[in-house]
Amino acid sequence: MSIWVVMLIGGGLTFLTRLSFIALLHRLNVPNWFRRGLRFVPVAVLSAIILPELTNPNGTLFLSWRNPQLLAGGVAILVAWRTRNVILTILAGMAALLVFQFLLGRFF
Amino acid sequence: MNGKTKRQEFWNGVKGVAPILLGDVPFGLLYGALIISSHITAGAAQAMSSIIFAGSAQFIAAQLVGTGTAGLVVIMVVFVVNLRHALYSASIAPHVKNLNKGWKLLLSYLLTDEAYAVTITRYNREGDSDTAHWYFFGAGLTLWTSWQISTALGIFIGGQIPPSWPLGFILPLTFIALVVPALKDRAGVLAALVAGAAGLLAFGLPYKTGLLLAAFIGILTGLLVEGKPK
Repeated sequence: MSIWVVMLIGGGLTFLTRLSFIALLHRLNVPNWFRRGLRFVPVAVLSAIILPELTNPNGTLFLSWRNPQLLAGGVAILVAWRTRNVILTILAGMAALLVFQFLLGRFF
Repeated sequence: MNGKTKRQEFWNGVKGVAPILLGDVPFGLLYGALIISSHITAGAAQAMSSIIFAGSAQFIAAQLVGTGTAGLVVIMVVFVVNLRHALYSASIAPHVKNLNKGWKLLLSYLLTDEAYAVTITRYNREGDSDTAHWYFFGAGLTLWTSWQISTALGIFIGGQIPPSWPLGFILPLTFIALVVPALKDRAGVLAALVAGAAGLLAFGLPYKTGLLLAAFIGILTGLLVEGKPK
């Protein structure tokens, strides 16, 4: 199968997946719990993306106080909670990551 | 309801995703640089960025094609890796239900992880309005443009950000900044905690199926904690 065919079918399926509920939800008679569940989609999906990025920074599990990504993620969560500010959260998280990487590399 | 104009919404969308670009551009460069080593022509590699337009799926597809995997298998893998977008589609759908077909097609094409994250946050904070979809469009178009340019730079010029620059960390930080303020009740907090823990435990499952499973477990947790509406 040529790469172009793979790409067109794979891209077509991806597009249809993205279009699926946007095109159909208002026509479907979905049960009530389905509609109530939608409110949890963003916090659930994004948390499931975030946590492994902190605990598995290099693709393997690193659950330790020596993991700078995990420590910096903790700092970012605190800053996000207190300030609700995206830029401050990113700056604090990146600064914390660099500081922790330096300290852990130097002293531990 | 708010009275923002189309232009204001559009620029707010651009500004909303702007921080994420810093993390995505190195990813695009890396994709471009890697794909060249996998028997895919530069033209096809670049076309993939607009036809599939999904970073992780493109990475995996490029690697599978490079190792001579059968086309049908690659198609299945791309489909499975991108299944999470159905969740985004369901989550966004109530907010765009009154738009015409053209808008729905266009916004669906632009529905990536990043565009979804900032757009759903905007809908949850500011509510629906007649111009809100321009925020979605601004965010999606900005990501699309930067993805095309960064993959082109990687493919045609090459080059890589030094791996010691931890720019990839910007994506989880941005998502933290979006999720944490959205946690307003016990059901939401528990949905997030359980989804995160499940994502961690299921991390080893192939092709992002762990992410999908974790999201479902988190949503179910939220529903159970919230209980039946009285």
